[in-house]
Amino acid sequence: MNTVEVTASTIRQKANTMPRWLRVVSRFARQKPLGTSGAVLILLMGLVAILADFIAPYDPLATRYDLMMQPPNAEFWLGTDAFGRDILSRLLYGSRTALLIGLSASFLGATIGAIIGVVSAYFAGKTDLIIQRLMDMLLSFPLIIMALAVVAVLGTGTGNVIIAIAVPMTPRCARVVRSSALAIRESPYIDAARALGFGHGRIIFRHMLPNVMAPYLIMLTVFLAQAILLEASLSFLGLGVSEPTAAWGLMLRGAAVEFAEQAPWMGIFPGLAISAAVFAFNLFGDSLRDALDPKLRI
Amino acid sequence: MRKGNDLNIARLIVGAALITILALAFTPATMRAEEPVYGGTLTFAVAKDPPSYDGHRETTFAMIHPVAPHYSILLKFDQENYPKILGDVAESWKISEDGLTYTFKIRKGIKFHDGKTLLTARDIKATYDKIIFPPEGVSSARKGSYAMVKSVEAPSDDTVVFHLKWPSPSFLANLASPWNFIYNGDILAKDPHWYEKNIMGTGPFKFVEHVPGSHWVAKRNEDYFMKGRPYLDGYRAIFIKSTSARVAAVRSGRALIEFRGFSPAGRDDIVKAQGDKIKVQEGPWICYLSVAVNNTRYPFDDPRVRRALTLALDRWEASKTLSKIAIIKYVGGILRPGSEYAATEEELTQIAGFSKDIEASRKEARRLLKEAGVEEGSKFTFKNRDLPMPYEPMGIFMVDQWRKIGLDVELKVEETGPFFGDRKKGDFDMIMDWECGFMDEPDLQLYKFLSHGVSGSNYSRYKDPVLDELYEKQARAKTKEERRKLIRTFEKRVLDEQAYTFPTLWWFKINPHWAKVRGWNQLPSHYLNQDLRDVWLAEK
Repeated sequence: MNTVEVTASTIRQKANTMPRWLRVVSRFARQKPLGTSGAVLILLMGLVAILADFIAPYDPLATRYDLMMQPPNAEFWLGTDAFGRDILSRLLYGSRTALLIGLSASFLGATIGAIIGVVSAYFAGKTDLIIQRLMDMLLSFPLIIMALAVVAVLGTGTGNVIIAIAVPMTPRCARVVRSSALAIRESPYIDAARALGFGHGRIIFRHMLPNVMAPYLIMLTVFLAQAILLEASLSFLGLGVSEPTAAWGLMLRGAAVEFAEQAPWMGIFPGLAISAAVFAFNLFGDSLRDALDPKLRI
Repeated sequence: MRKGNDLNIARLIVGAALITILALAFTPATMRAEEPVYGGTLTFAVAKDPPSYDGHRETTFAMIHPVAPHYSILLKFDQENYPKILGDVAESWKISEDGLTYTFKIRKGIKFHDGKTLLTARDIKATYDKIIFPPEGVSSARKGSYAMVKSVEAPSDDTVVFHLKWPSPSFLANLASPWNFIYNGDILAKDPHWYEKNIMGTGPFKFVEHVPGSHWVAKRNEDYFMKGRPYLDGYRAIFIKSTSARVAAVRSGRALIEFRGFSPAGRDDIVKAQGDKIKVQEGPWICYLSVAVNNTRYPFDDPRVRRALTLALDRWEASKTLSKIAIIKYVGGILRPGSEYAATEEELTQIAGFSKDIEASRKEARRLLKEAGVEEGSKFTFKNRDLPMPYEPMGIFMVDQWRKIGLDVELKVEETGPFFGDRKKGDFDMIMDWECGFMDEPDLQLYKFLSHGVSGSNYSRYKDPVLDELYEKQARAKTKEERRKLIRTFEKRVLDEQAYTFPTLWWFKINPHWAKVRGWNQLPSHYLNQDLRDVWLAEK
């Protein structure tokens, strides 16, 4: 046994002693470095959101009218806005809003979509036909138009924005999950479950849903990026969360537009934060799809 | 000798002529009296489409800017000498000695835009009957401003007589209201709602088309009663909702002016891009932002809590700082600071919330809240409009000020429809309110503060017979001193003793426009001087 063989074998042995999830993560990191960098960014964003109270240098809502529109300096690293509020602190707290709305909306949209997709595939026939035509109707509206319509009906506010973003995501997830569920429906174990006399609910939730987790997880991560972007767009249009809440999209509107030439830092940094977050979720989502999609593994 | 004298005279004449020519040639163009030029189309930007075309029911500049040039009014304010009043369709007028009868002579030969119908006193009577005594189902926004009118008569084709119940010092100025478009009496008799969707006036411009969300086009009225006017061939109003897009439209010359006005940043942006091609007109504005507090809801039914809310606001600091980023600037009470009956700075600082010692005010605010049983960190909602200027900066400012007395106030921004609905229904703790007038007249500005039900714009929903009585008294006061004293008592009761509702800052009007737009003077109201009859376009 030469040295190289010994080392490889040692590593393999060590790897075998690692917990399974760590092995999966380590393999993902080796195979998908871009996706991993996206995941690291997401993790960082999550940490910042959790620890905002401790790491933000200032109260994100505190106005200092003697320090309006200060350019980036040693005291205010990213400058101040038109009300003298520290932009860095508002960005750090803004990640909370982005993640809260992004995660809640995409989880809600993807989960409801997955359930509808599986139910539609499972029952097939007229049920499938009706559900799919309803989904077609919802899909015919672009994402932002649908979200705007929902906000117009429900009004603004965090809860309503989450619903507004989740609604247009639901049919998109339902369509993707349905196609996977159609194949699963024909599987022998589903026939077996039916033969054993299991109820529809048990078959759908215990046997079919767990088997469509791959497309569900992929849709979830893709939706996360879209949800963050949509939240920023709605806030920018004045239909998302309200001032003085720290939110990235909100930071881009109002005075940031008015004073774009005199104080460009008011718009640049929140813009960069939105881009970085969307980029990170897209990288991670793409890599996750590659890792989970059996067709792409070949 | 004679020949020599003639020669000298001839030389003198030639010399004088040469000097005159040289002087004219070297005198800057701006120093010469300019002759208005005919022709051209004025393009201006408007933030919204008009909700309807009827001036008698609407209250928004979005109606008046595109629609006003189609109509004449009885009297108007002189743009060269505000607040002097001139006749528009009225040729002259007489006021009886007891101040109860106003008789107007109407100009003859004024034609409606159909080119056939002549305007008569009957049309003016029908117009004012609709405004003052609207038939059931017809909305009149300013009915309350004419409570002193007993009847309107048209004894002949060129005479209109207004009979008053009591002498009113503000009545004549009220007839110069830019909202009171003169309509055709026959059309009103057939359908009092006709003017909500149609245009037929006697103003300097005729209607061509309105494409909602896009533009409004008008052309010169060749039959306009004032010879030689208007100067323009027509105008085009373009509807642009976004403030930054409107600034960009003026900056690029796509629109030559926006009559409502821009923020300081918008002004700087336009001036920086176009330099001396832009003229900036700035001045005070008869508009203010205020807070309507829901007096029917706990804990705002307690005057101590309302006083605490107004005491928390550092208006003097806001004036210094917010004026750099928004169109709000002046600290004032219920009348425009600097106007005839407004409180002086000394009087103002005696009112709760207007003191310059903000620390003492906030200490008092905290004490009052504690006494009223409102705990530190109590949560309330403050509803605001979704318009950035000047509502958003003021909303952010106020929420921050209330945090400084220990209140946790959530700012809830609503779209115009739901916002107006909630304000009218009283579905709020506190809500952003505002008042804009077309002239400095206590009868108009104080009307808002009358009891809920008496005044349609009292959104704070309180009822106070003392205020109603004070209003009547000041309206009938015989001397200016007496009226001023009554107004101070009224103001003290509204803003201090009861703190029913409270103004924040008065607005500051900034109109940057292309210098080639001539003949339009900024007045302290964005409702005034919008008939465009004197506007012309210089070549450069």
